[in-house]
Amino acid sequence: MNPKTPSKLEKILASGQLAVTSECGPPRGSNGDAIAKKAEMIKDYVDAINITDNQTSVTRLCSLAAVIRLKLMGLEPILQMVTRDRNRIALQSDILGAASFEINNILCLSGDHQQFGDNPQAQNVFDIDSMQLIQTVRYMRDEGKFLGGDDLEKSPQMFVGAACNPFADPFEIRARRLAKKVAAGVEFIQTQCIYNLDKFELWMKQIRDMGLHEKVYILAGVTPFKSAGMAKYMKNRVPGMDVPDEVVKRMSGVDKDKQSEEGIKICIESIQRLKDIEGVRGFHIMAIEWEEKVPEIVEKSGLLPRPSVS
Amino acid sequence: MRLSYPDSIRIIQVPCTGRVDVIHLMEAFQRGADGVYVVGCLEGECHYLTGNLRAKKRVQYTKQLLDEIGVGGDRLEMYNIAASDGPRFSEVAREMDEKIRALGPSPIKTMLQKLHADDLSIHV
Amino acid sequence: MIVAERKPLDEIIGFIKDCKKILIVGCNECVTVCYAGGKKEVAILASALKMAFLKEGKELEVKEVTLERQCDQEYLEEIRDIIDQYDAVVSMACGVGVQFMAEKYQSMPVYPALNTLFMGGAEEMGVWSERCQGCGQCILGQTAGICPITRCAKRLLNGPCGGSTQGHCEINKDLPCAWQLILDRLKALGRLDDYDRLISIKDWSTERSGGPRKIVREDLQQ
Repeated sequence: MNPKTPSKLEKILASGQLAVTSECGPPRGSNGDAIAKKAEMIKDYVDAINITDNQTSVTRLCSLAAVIRLKLMGLEPILQMVTRDRNRIALQSDILGAASFEINNILCLSGDHQQFGDNPQAQNVFDIDSMQLIQTVRYMRDEGKFLGGDDLEKSPQMFVGAACNPFADPFEIRARRLAKKVAAGVEFIQTQCIYNLDKFELWMKQIRDMGLHEKVYILAGVTPFKSAGMAKYMKNRVPGMDVPDEVVKRMSGVDKDKQSEEGIKICIESIQRLKDIEGVRGFHIMAIEWEEKVPEIVEKSGLLPRPSVS
Repeated sequence: MRLSYPDSIRIIQVPCTGRVDVIHLMEAFQRGADGVYVVGCLEGECHYLTGNLRAKKRVQYTKQLLDEIGVGGDRLEMYNIAASDGPRFSEVAREMDEKIRALGPSPIKTMLQKLHADDLSIHV
Repeated sequence: MIVAERKPLDEIIGFIKDCKKILIVGCNECVTVCYAGGKKEVAILASALKMAFLKEGKELEVKEVTLERQCDQEYLEEIRDIIDQYDAVVSMACGVGVQFMAEKYQSMPVYPALNTLFMGGAEEMGVWSERCQGCGQCILGQTAGICPITRCAKRLLNGPCGGSTQGHCEINKDLPCAWQLILDRLKALGRLDDYDRLISIKDWSTERSGGPRKIVREDLQQ
């Protein structure tokens, strides 16, 4: 696949090298330095950095402003954008705003329901869904038009991504659902955190059987556990998360002060195993409020040095 | 058996407690009753199968409504007693009588008496 | 039907606290079927309000009337002769009935006794759930007869989202995932391939977003 945009992430993936991305959550306040600080910690260990968009519906500094900060630092940001809070007018407008700062990557999401956040009484928008947002960006980029049909000046040059949860129900249509996103125009995928590797392999086989691995770059999502408590929480409380019993058992089996170390170890082992799966084109490391561990994970997983592309 | 029950209690017969509706219970209070209790057959032994279970739910609903009004849901109860169990009937009557006496007169009755001191048509 | 439920008594009392005579008007249509504003509920509300007033040492005179429909000019006429005797009308109809009442009797205060919730049906006795949001361009033909706009918490036209767990919605374990229902039914119909088709961006102008909606049928107009 030849790169179609100036995106560094796209170029690395197109070159056939494993890509590494990570993410930073913006602060709950107007301190922009917080985001810069997080990015500083990981910038030499990843190819691109996602900025989450009011994740779990908790109000934070906006992802658009945060990606611009990263861009001004000379980094490669991925703008996450959810359809929960903006209608098609605001979405298109924000896409253009981001493009004006040469933000070249976008991740199209529907977003968690507002019930989980700090404003459960809010209206939600959902004017369009995540698949339709993929279509929207592709349309603006490739046709140079607004959804309303008017021509736009200087189309946004964005490499279009989406999320995918191989573990959500119903499992039997998860691969078909990805096929729909591919049909909508998605170019890269960052998956939900993978703990059940057997099930992920099964899903990847379906993906290969449908030939989707040739049409979209799949970055396997991983998240290190900080503690056995976190593992249990993810298993029992987070919708669509699949944490096998043996993983929880392994975390619980070590002393409390060794648990975070064990979590990192599990994460690195997972990456090693995922590397061998045909169709996995890179990794998305989500170290939730634990960004300082990303360098260690990347290094010990043998993913250094990061490639440079022109 | 010649069992007695307090003379404060006035019995209103219905073919089945399933016949008792929310409005009947409400009207009893509206007319000045200090307390009301519904006595049905034992659960599972309703001649009409589920009459007493329906009554139980309506009593629950009315209790909430009485709480909302400020009359007090605890002035209303439901009991299930076997038709042959006279001693239990008498015991429940005394229990309810004591409970309502402890709660004192219903605020509705108090006001009715105040507003209609000379109106004989209201029996309270 | 339109499904509604009674407002908290305190709120209704707040509307009419200075009234001496009120007219409570029920409706024989939807709100009777969902036990919120029919003849029976009118009687219960009348009794409750009278008691609430009595408790405060005030007597409230209440006239109970239940009309065939409150969303119909013809039936609303039935109270024209008596309405002026009252200080206010408490309508136990849905929001449509309350407004029709208020439009018809311009100088009479009209208060709602119900919260109007949704268009739905009775799943079983005492359980009602939503089925339609009146978007104005029905897509049930594309979604196996199950409406994702109404039944998916994110109204995803191309679901399910990643939060669908064992057939349930991520926001509430008692809520079925609409897209699981759609997939199950597509499978039962032998039409699972329909799932592979992308549903395109929806025109919401026929929905609430487009402003208040109206239909004019000249063939029926007089």
